Amino acid sequence: MTDAVRPPSTREQFDQPGEIDLETYRDLTLEEQAALGTELDGVQIVHRRERFPVPGTKAEKRAERAVAACFVLAFLGAVAFVVCYVVLPWQYDINSKTYTWFTPVLGVTMALSLFGFGIGAILWAKLLITEEETVQDRHSGRSTPEARATTAAVLTDGIAMTGLPRRSLLQRVLGLSVLALGALAIVPLGGLIKKPRDALFVTGWSTGVRLMTGDRRLVRPGDIEAGGIETVFPATPDGLSTQVVADSVVLLIRLRPGQTVRARPGQQDFGWEDYLAYSKICTHAGCPASLYEQQTGRLLCPCHQSQFDLLQDAKPVFGPAARPLPKLAITVDDEGYFVAKGDFTEPIGPSFWERR
Amino acid sequence: MSQTTTERPAGKRPTSALGRAADWADERYTASRFVRSSLNKVFPDNWSFMMGEIALYSFIILILTGTYLALFFDPSMTEVRYDGSYSLLRGVEMSRAYDSTLNISFDVRGGLLMRQIHHWSALLFVAAMVAHMLRVFFTGGFRKPREVNWLLGVGLLTFGILEGFAGYSLPDDLLSGTGLRIAYAIILSIPVVGTWLAFGLFGSEFPGVDILPRLYIVHVLLIPGIILAFIAVHVGLVVLQKHTQFPGPGRREDNVVGERMYPLYGAKGGGFFFLIFGVTAALAGLFQINPIWLYGPYNPAQVSSGSQPDWYMGFLDGSTRIFPAWEIRFWNYTISPLIWPTVVLPGILFTLLALYPFIEARMTKDRSVHHLLQRPRDVPVRTSLGAMALAFYFVLLISGGNDIIADKFDISLNAMTWIGRISLIVLPPVAYSATYLLCLGLQRHDREILEHGVETGIIKRLPSGEFIEVHQPLGPVDEHGHGELEYAGAPVPKRMNRITNPGRKAIGFLKQVPDPGEAPDLGTEAGETDQEAAQLAGRPKNPD
Repeated sequence: MTDAVRPPSTREQFDQPGEIDLETYRDLTLEEQAALGTELDGVQIVHRRERFPVPGTKAEKRAERAVAACFVLAFLGAVAFVVCYVVLPWQYDINSKTYTWFTPVLGVTMALSLFGFGIGAILWAKLLITEEETVQDRHSGRSTPEARATTAAVLTDGIAMTGLPRRSLLQRVLGLSVLALGALAIVPLGGLIKKPRDALFVTGWSTGVRLMTGDRRLVRPGDIEAGGIETVFPATPDGLSTQVVADSVVLLIRLRPGQTVRARPGQQDFGWEDYLAYSKICTHAGCPASLYEQQTGRLLCPCHQSQFDLLQDAKPVFGPAARPLPKLAITVDDEGYFVAKGDFTEPIGPSFWERR
Repeated sequence: MSQTTTERPAGKRPTSALGRAADWADERYTASRFVRSSLNKVFPDNWSFMMGEIALYSFIILILTGTYLALFFDPSMTEVRYDGSYSLLRGVEMSRAYDSTLNISFDVRGGLLMRQIHHWSALLFVAAMVAHMLRVFFTGGFRKPREVNWLLGVGLLTFGILEGFAGYSLPDDLLSGTGLRIAYAIILSIPVVGTWLAFGLFGSEFPGVDILPRLYIVHVLLIPGIILAFIAVHVGLVVLQKHTQFPGPGRREDNVVGERMYPLYGAKGGGFFFLIFGVTAALAGLFQINPIWLYGPYNPAQVSSGSQPDWYMGFLDGSTRIFPAWEIRFWNYTISPLIWPTVVLPGILFTLLALYPFIEARMTKDRSVHHLLQRPRDVPVRTSLGAMALAFYFVLLISGGNDIIADKFDISLNAMTWIGRISLIVLPPVAYSATYLLCLGLQRHDREILEHGVETGIIKRLPSGEFIEVHQPLGPVDEHGHGELEYAGAPVPKRMNRITNPGRKAIGFLKQVPDPGEAPDLGTEAGETDQEAAQLAGRPKNPD
């Protein structure tokens, strides 16, 4: 492994094509020929040992059988996979549980086959393939001084050949056109730009829009028991579409007798008797804040655990949300249905830069 | 004619099919020398070097299964009414994306298995990259000349996480839709340009109809392309600069000690790929992952409790949960509290991660080239910094599941949040100090063994009546009986059955120790080589 141990090398002798002494080479054993090839790549085999120096022992047979067993497992697993894929019932049937075996059986047979093949190959390497320890030279760090100097010369000479250093007009024009080409590559991305406009400030609510439940039932006072809540949407044709729901979903709450809520300034008349309506979209990251604890009047957002106290007009009392849930002004129309008195007076959901 | 014959060492045309094919190729590509040196490439052998391999193999599995899934998946957000075989959702309005994912799960034979292999491999891919990164960090594998490969690795990890997020957002189920909404809120929170970025990406106010088709092309083309290119350069640089190796018998800065690619390492590495594939197949068959049919289609009005992202996003979920509600308002503008834990924090973390090799080089003024790895104990400051970062990360990760922990262990949710907040500040310095002391203790133990030898377990009674334990010196001793070997950065044997096995696994734990009489004769040559190797590594001679 040290230079001293390395046999007087035939490497220099054979490194160049045409200099191979074919007579000498042919007289070498296969192992010696390979060792020569290895040496040419700067790799020394410092330790090489047959796993079973005495061929045909019981131990060797055992090792060979172990490897063979793995490949047999790979074969059987693959065959089982194919058979199960074709034969087993696989389609979902609510009345039968037989299909539930399909995926596990496929997975296990596939895994057995892959394990068999993988373990077979690894066992082969560990039990049968001739053990070796090799050392490869590593040439790292700078190139030779000649290589560095000549490369730099070629580069510099090339620039000199273009004459760029002394042609200042070309320098400027070239720089300008490269900049312009860069812009050319980026500008088409402008197609992606959409001006945010008012979308963030408006929702599906407007004056006189009725409140409906998720199954399109209009809501009247008395539909909710005291202390109860109901998720409601604008009773418009597209009121249940994902786009409208995403910013218009509202939680309608009926207080319990005796509970009072101190409203925010200017929002004293937003509720109707003991009913209050808040945006369900959390002011933190926009998840629906939908876990309601009736006893404490707290609303919890399950995404990041912001908690809003409905009895304090949906003020955030714990967690990362910084603003209360926006309140929707509601009243009851002539036919006795809840309606919105207008849109929210502030943007719903998470904060953004232009939010006032 | 004569030209071609002289170039063939054997001097005649090959007769076997393989030989003729090789001859055909060599005449055209002059490939012999390249092939030979590739086959002869030496790979050092250490279990910890397999982390990167796992990452590479799971990426290959991801490409294979992902291509299969793409044959059936449709990222469209058009609303359709489900009419597939999963009767519990029949008649429900949903996007085509969710509909086609149900289709893969229930109406494509074996589709569910493919989906689950894909998902498990994705989890494994990121996990293996993290483990690989930790290995490289703690052993100093990032030092000169490998700084750029470290940067590529940080890039791969970042893109891997983004790729995973884009992927699990595609099915448009209740969980992934909620995740997308949070992503929208995060983009919205960026000062000045946030709303423009969010509308640019989503095409309108959330959710719009553009985001899934866009994420799809990002997930199947853009990021995989980048990852593939990064992997090519990452691995290419490893081939160019050759592997690092741990200090040990005969291992020096200017060599690589190990096994050649062909046949030993190739058989092991190839087999390992199938093992990893087998593991993902078994996981996919036996353990359900992301059962989107149980979550239902995305509905912005609904969310389920215990909503968790895939594990690699968990630390950001945690930071978002425990960060205080600090909203900044001035003039007519607002800075959302969301920006700090989701944009600023990961920005700082990944920048520090990327710059670490350069920071360390500047601090230690170490400008030399290193190919030998370090044992973590020998670089206590780096190791302790790593432990500190890990403590920080794990507090965030655990906080990402604080609702689950609160539920299962019956702890107050608010208490869990506060535990997270306090631990995030307190635990990292504690981890630093504890690791530092541990490193010093381990260093001292190594020195002590080198000086006094290994405890033999033999108790001897001196003529004075005093009992002492006999120590086996590791090498030559001075007149006081103290060992003269210097510490060489390699593991120091601490048990008797380690002494004659430098760098090899100890026998006697799972396997029976062979009777000396039956021990296989390694032959004098091999035996001597081992002893020389031991000496080179600052290791003892065979005690007999």
